[in-house]
Amino acid sequence: MKQSMTKAAKGLWNAFPMILGTILLISLISAIVPKSFYTTLFSKNILIDSIIGSSVGSISAGNPITSYIFGGEMLNQGIGLLAVTAFLVAWVTVGIIQLPAESTILGKKFAILRNITAFILSIIVAIVTVLILGVIA
Amino acid sequence: MKFKNKLKKLPGSWYFLGAIIFIYLLLSIFSKEIYLNSLNFFGQIIYKIIPIFIMVFVLMSLSNYFITPEFVIKHLKEKGIKKWFYVILGGIISSGPIYMWYPLLADLKNKGLNYGLIACFLYNRAIKIPLLPLAIIYFSWQYIIILTLVMVAISIIQGILINKIMEVK
Repeated sequence: MKQSMTKAAKGLWNAFPMILGTILLISLISAIVPKSFYTTLFSKNILIDSIIGSSVGSISAGNPITSYIFGGEMLNQGIGLLAVTAFLVAWVTVGIIQLPAESTILGKKFAILRNITAFILSIIVAIVTVLILGVIA
Repeated sequence: MKFKNKLKKLPGSWYFLGAIIFIYLLLSIFSKEIYLNSLNFFGQIIYKIIPIFIMVFVLMSLSNYFITPEFVIKHLKEKGIKKWFYVILGGIISSGPIYMWYPLLADLKNKGLNYGLIACFLYNRAIKIPLLPLAIIYFSWQYIIILTLVMVAISIIQGILINKIMEVK
């Protein structure tokens, strides 16, 4: 067991600078980008807004609770559910800020591929979710 | 000379951390407000993730002890939907920031977990059971249930896609 714990500690130590750097970067972006910035970006065009929603969600970082609050505010501002869903999904599945950490630890090709597919899929998830909701509701 | 050689041997991740700390140093001189707000936010995150860090360490130790490459091959390399089910479940019940899980996943990767399953795990981490009541308050329960189910289905599609693409050399 001692050997297993040493191995685990070594693994975490290797990831330590990237984890610490990522947290510092997330903190910096959260301090610089005002919350109102997110609601001024949308044009109310369904397709463009979905792409914007996914893009903004992709570069955002933080607790999903924050994304729910932003998403709720966006809906109140009249932004479509498709765009808001794309935003919510990209927020939690795409991690541009975490990309350096993910590349270093899990491999560059995998990290880039995972984030690109997650970005495209966030738009697909939004479309499918809103379509199903439209049929059911 | 020795110091220079040591610097050369440092992994790139230390340069990344150094660059971010340098930005903070500049901010402490030129923009005290952003610097203090960032540090405050940083403190909040650190406070939140310390228990998660401990949990990850315990899980990694247990994983090193119990999950041998043979174990992973047996449970996650078997055919059928069972392996996907375990990965989806693992992703959903895991907590904390995504980057905290990279070392554990890299470890499991070395033990035979494929890239598609890792991607599937990471995708399902987006589903936060404890936060669902809050999400339902902001949206509706129908919307959240549909979104969750669609995300689980899409996570499998992403996993399959990534496996296919990663196989191409």
